[in-house]
Amino acid sequence: MKRVGVVVFPGSNCEHDAVAALSSVGAAAELVWHTVKSLAGFDAIVLPGGFAHGDYLRPGALARFSPVMEAVSRFANEGGPVLGICNGFQVLAEAGLLPGALQKNVGLTFLCQPTTLIVTSTNSALTSGATIGQELVIPINHFSGAYTCDDATFERINERGQVVLRYRDNPNGSRGDIAGLANERGNVVGLMPHPERAMSTLTGSADGRVLLESFVMASVLA
Amino acid sequence: MNYSVVVDVTLREGIADPEGATIERALPALGFSGVSDVKAGKMFRLTIEAESEGEAREKAGALAERLLSNPVIEDAHVRVAEVAR
Repeated sequence: MKRVGVVVFPGSNCEHDAVAALSSVGAAAELVWHTVKSLAGFDAIVLPGGFAHGDYLRPGALARFSPVMEAVSRFANEGGPVLGICNGFQVLAEAGLLPGALQKNVGLTFLCQPTTLIVTSTNSALTSGATIGQELVIPINHFSGAYTCDDATFERINERGQVVLRYRDNPNGSRGDIAGLANERGNVVGLMPHPERAMSTLTGSADGRVLLESFVMASVLA
Repeated sequence: MNYSVVVDVTLREGIADPEGATIERALPALGFSGVSDVKAGKMFRLTIEAESEGEAREKAGALAERLLSNPVIEDAHVRVAEVAR
């Protein structure tokens, strides 16, 4: 059974949902406090949603200096699967583990609604089990979710298939409709929508399952 | 020596500024005309202990780039003045 660590920063608030969702797709998921300096023994790491360190300064700006982030960087550089959901995506971008940045939504509105996503690449730990063109209904819940980057980066991430999920109807002004993004190797992935809240039709959608199942199946890259 | 430092953080040219745009759109409704190019940003005030103004500026520049701003989307501008004590 894969052992998945879910990092808890002061102000994280989706860690228990993440643990429940990961457990439901066969992982042994457990919480990891942000002061931990070693991630030895884990097969994959999740940075969950919430408001790490109060989102003071900028979302993710302080969380990237939490002691655990050095271990997360090492884990990612060694090819380990790392997933950032919502605030976790913002932390990964601030830490430089994913290119670009997340800005305030166009319209300056906190958005909490279901969105339809289109799978645009399967070369990532999160989307390997999905199919290109597949539509997934997964909720968003954020104020700063508009992806932005410079033109050179935009061209590069599109060319190399790093954009793994796009919004069908862009809700937040995200550049290129980007909802989910991977690093070049595909082992580090961030997305603004919450797959852990789309695990059962009872609560609206089970479309998050294919993503978290892929992530739990993902192995450390050579 | 203590130096009073102000760091202005603004969005880089070409990065969307929804806050500035919203303020600009609100102005005509309040009766202000002829106002354009509204940009929103952040301002930080710090006191830095250093041997010289140059050292204070360097320290402020480094911390502005590492923490106060995100260089992907923001520029930081540092202003330094000596504190009289």
